[in-house]
Formats: sequence, C-alpha cells, structure tokens
Amino acid sequence: MNKIFETPLYGYERSPDQDSPTPVRHKVIVIGAGPVGLAAAIDLTQQGVEVVVLDENDKVSFGSRAICFSQRTLEIADRLGCGRHLVDKGVLWDRGKVFFDDRQVYDFNLQPDEGYANPAFINLQQYHFENYFVERVRELQAEGAPIEIRGRNRVEAIGTHEDHVRLEVETPEGPYTIEAEWLIACDGATSPTRRMLGIDFEGRVFEDNFLIADVIMDADFPSERWFWFDPPFNRGQSALLHKQPDNVWRIDLQLGWDIDKEREKRPENVIPRLTAMLGDDVDFQLEWVSIYTFQCRRMESFRKGRVLFAGDSAHQVSPFGARGANSGLQDTDNLCWKLKLVLDGKAPESLLDSYNAERVYGADENIQKSSRSTDFITPKSEMSRVLRDAVLDLSEKYEFARPLVNSGRLSQPCTYDGSSLNSADALNGPACTRPGSACPDAPLGDEFLLPKLAGKFTLLTIDADAPDTLEEDGIEVTRLALSVKDDLTLALKRRYLGDATSAVYLIRPDQHVAARRDSFEENSFRHAIRRACGKE
Amino acid sequence: MSDLILTPNFDNADDFYATLLAAHEGLEKADSDALNARLVLVLANHIGDGTVLSDAIRAAALSND
Repeated sequence: MNKIFETPLYGYERSPDQDSPTPVRHKVIVIGAGPVGLAAAIDLTQQGVEVVVLDENDKVSFGSRAICFSQRTLEIADRLGCGRHLVDKGVLWDRGKVFFDDRQVYDFNLQPDEGYANPAFINLQQYHFENYFVERVRELQAEGAPIEIRGRNRVEAIGTHEDHVRLEVETPEGPYTIEAEWLIACDGATSPTRRMLGIDFEGRVFEDNFLIADVIMDADFPSERWFWFDPPFNRGQSALLHKQPDNVWRIDLQLGWDIDKEREKRPENVIPRLTAMLGDDVDFQLEWVSIYTFQCRRMESFRKGRVLFAGDSAHQVSPFGARGANSGLQDTDNLCWKLKLVLDGKAPESLLDSYNAERVYGADENIQKSSRSTDFITPKSEMSRVLRDAVLDLSEKYEFARPLVNSGRLSQPCTYDGSSLNSADALNGPACTRPGSACPDAPLGDEFLLPKLAGKFTLLTIDADAPDTLEEDGIEVTRLALSVKDDLTLALKRRYLGDATSAVYLIRPDQHVAARRDSFEENSFRHAIRRACGKE
Repeated sequence: MSDLILTPNFDNADDFYATLLAAHEGLEKADSDALNARLVLVLANHIGDGTVLSDAIRAAALSND
C-alpha cells in the first residue's frame, strides 16, 4: 500500500476557537479539503481573505480517483502557485487511440495547435494533486497568510442567517461552534452540507457499473488514452487504459448493471479480467480497486444565501470527459474574485448570483456532453447499438465518421455565452475570444500571456491606445499593451485579432473576456467594467 | 443553405431502389440493419446541414407538425 494514503497531512490540532466563550466568526469557511476546497482556499488567501478549511478526514483521498487534469485546470493552478508541480509530476499526453472489437479504428491528437504554456492534459493521481495543494497552503502559512486546514473537524449542523452561517463542528475532543460570513461547500457528491440544508439533487441515473483498477506495472504502452468498444476481453462492454505517474496505470472496465459488486471487487475476480486485457506476460500489482456507478445531475441553484456550493457537491457528471474535478476548479475560479469584491464592498452581493448563473450554465454543458458520451459508450437500445457500431465500423475506413465517435468529449473551459456580466461583442474577432470565453494562452517571447492576466481586471490592448490604468467605482483596471509586431508565432493574432487590425479586451480576474472592441472607447469600457461586476 | 427536398429529386428512382434492394440481398437481419445504419450516416454526412438533417428526421418519423 502506498504510504501517501496513510500519512496524516493535516492532523487534528486544537484550535483556540474551541475554547472561545462565544463563537469566533471567520470571513470564509470552506468545507472539504479535496481539490476544489483547497483551490478555493488558496485563491481567497492569495487575495488577502482569511479562510478556514474544515475536513472530516486528515489525509489525501484514498485511491487515484480524479486522474485527468485539463489545460484550463493547469492554468488555474498556475495562478494558485501549484501548476508547475502538477506538470512536472504528471504524465503528459495528447494522443489517444480508439479500438473496436479486436482492432484499432483510429487515433487522434488533442492539441494540433501549438503556443500554450501548458499541455492539453496531464494524468496525475488525485492524491498527488491534493498533496501539492496542501504544500502550497503550508507555503502561504509560512508567509504569514491567514489560512488554516483543520483536520478531523466534521460539520454536524449548519444554521443559515442573513449575514452569516453558524456551524456545529465535531472533533476528537468534542464539539464547538464557529461562524463565517460566507460558507463554501466543497464536500463532494454526497455533500453533507446539501443534506443538512435539505436541498434536492435530482438528475439522471445511469444504470451501469464500472470497475476501476489502478495497477502498478512496468509496461511499454505509450502515454496515450486507449479506449475499447466491445473488445474481446470485455465483450459487449467498454474498457479504458491510461497511464499515471509512478508506473501506475488506470484501467476502467464496464461491467454492466446486473452484477454482484462485492464479488467483482475481490482480487480473485479482478485479476483474471486484467490478465485477459493486458496479456499473460505482463506482471502487475493491484494498488486500488473500486466499482462505481454514476449520475448526471446538478443542484437547482449553487447559491443558497450565504452558502455557496462548488464542485461535486453542486453537480455530478459521468467520468467520461474528465469533467468532475476540472469543472470544480472552474467553479472556484469563477467564484473567488466575485466573493472578494463582495467582501470588500466593491460589488453588490448579487454579483454572486452570476456565479450561480455562469456555473449552472457550465454544469449543464458538462452534463449534456457527458450524458451523450455515456449514451454512445453504453447504448440503451438495440438500435442505438446498431448505430453506434455503424459509426465505429465507418470510422475505421472514413474520416467523416470520426467526429461521431464519442468515448468522452474531453473537458474544455466553458464559454459563458449570454452571461449578464458580458458586454455585447464589438470586435470582428475570432470566436474563441468572444465575450464569456476563457482567454486562450499565447507565447510572448520567452513568456506566456496568461500569467500576465492573473487575478485582476486587465485591459489588454493589441496595437491600440488606452490609458495605463482606469478606475471605475472602486475597480482598478491595469493595461497590458501588446503588439502583433512582437507576435512571432502569430498565435496572438490568430486568437485575439482574426481579421481585425487592433483590439482592446476587458479581461476579468478569472481570465474570462468581459468585453472587446477594436479601439478604446472610455465610456463603453466604463460600462463594461460596471457590468462585469454586476452593477448594471 | 437549402431546404429539405420532399418532392421527387432522384435521377432515376427505380434504379436507386433496385440498387438499395440489391445491397441487402442475402443479408441476415442484423447485417441489413447495420448496412442501413451505415447508409444513414454516410448520407447524413453528405448533407451536413443540421437544419436539413433535423427536418429529414422529422419527415422520416411521419410526424404531422
């Protein structure tokens, strides 16, 4: 067994709050020290907001769980000061192969376009991810930042009030009460917070079981995503093989609905399945085995007064497409700058409703895409299987059918089309940077664009004039002046200008485009700033 | 972009029909179903236009709206 599962990372320590005669009130409490909760806490801390993270456990997650982290997640992690560690440790991949029956039908490359600081995807066990994020918390603490993780602090009851929440917390040394101005619930798919507040979580249940096995082996399979439809070693079902760091491989085998889960999890039943897949001559050890079913669902609203839900607590998808943890990080990326402005009194509380609107939109997109993948992978009727197999047969011979093959549409950043924070598009520019889009990266000499857009409002000008700073009702905007003359790879031009010769972009602290036009026009940009902060 | 054509448009309707039947000649039901499915996909890609395809699916469903 891997030691990392057993070592307490944030062991229980008595807090002065437990001895306070009256409940201590914190700015923000985050429930859950998984990837999403840690991201929220680090993000807020970096903005100077005091945060306490409560977790009922004191260790990293057991088993690899989320393993596939997208470029957007790495970009967010860069801003949180952890991106480099993830990329250095992770397995980089951008190629995949699709097999049907006993043969390969085609292969694909996820990122044919170059000019991004981060790879399209990395594979990394969730426990490594959490470990690096906890290290980042320790680093911030060493710098004196007000961030705390309290292990073995289980929230037992939540009282919601007009301007705060009150939590009853159970610890190894008994209960205590604390309060927070804002609560962020990142406590996972079975969210106790959601249950305690009596909020429904409706959605579609997919009647299927999947066996996940992490195996340790020295194998010469390449770092690619291999997906099988109806392979000889798992007839009528699907299979996935994906490499993780430390010679750990993720194997995912569809088992069907009518199975005995406890029986299927036993090593004597798992090992023959894996041998049939990997071949008799491959030596492997089982690190972790789990059987999962899934649902595609979301809460009706991700905000309930002073309680904000992020990650799996708010929405759940099938694992096909890596849309779980990746969408959770987009949640906190969207939420934290808004919460900071509200805490500072620089934006109305209603700005947080745009968190709900934008991330519900993102969740619906993820649910739709992952439901469609699931319908392709596990056809629900005889004719849907006939059509699915027709697509696969055609894809081997004809390129046209390949876009129909759906073994998971891999997570892309959500574009908040129609968000109330966007201003109307006033540039004849590329679609990938229309208002609502997450800014695509671009090389700037030896550096990259995105780190220059992090954590503040930016006025990005490309061959256009504008003031170096602009302040509108307490919101400061700093200019970043660029020119296509320095754009040797033309990535900036391709991604931000298109047919236009100049452009001015208003970019939010989460690197999403709020407004754009071909030149700086003060009045319209002042409106755009107000709009992006929920003031119009 | 053009509308779905629901008036006669074949070069030669009888020839097309005979070719279609001939392709299914001697096939088991499952293989015939698979052939039809592949044919639908080939034709759908050739058409490409999403509106025309949706209209075609509605027309094939013989729905009245």
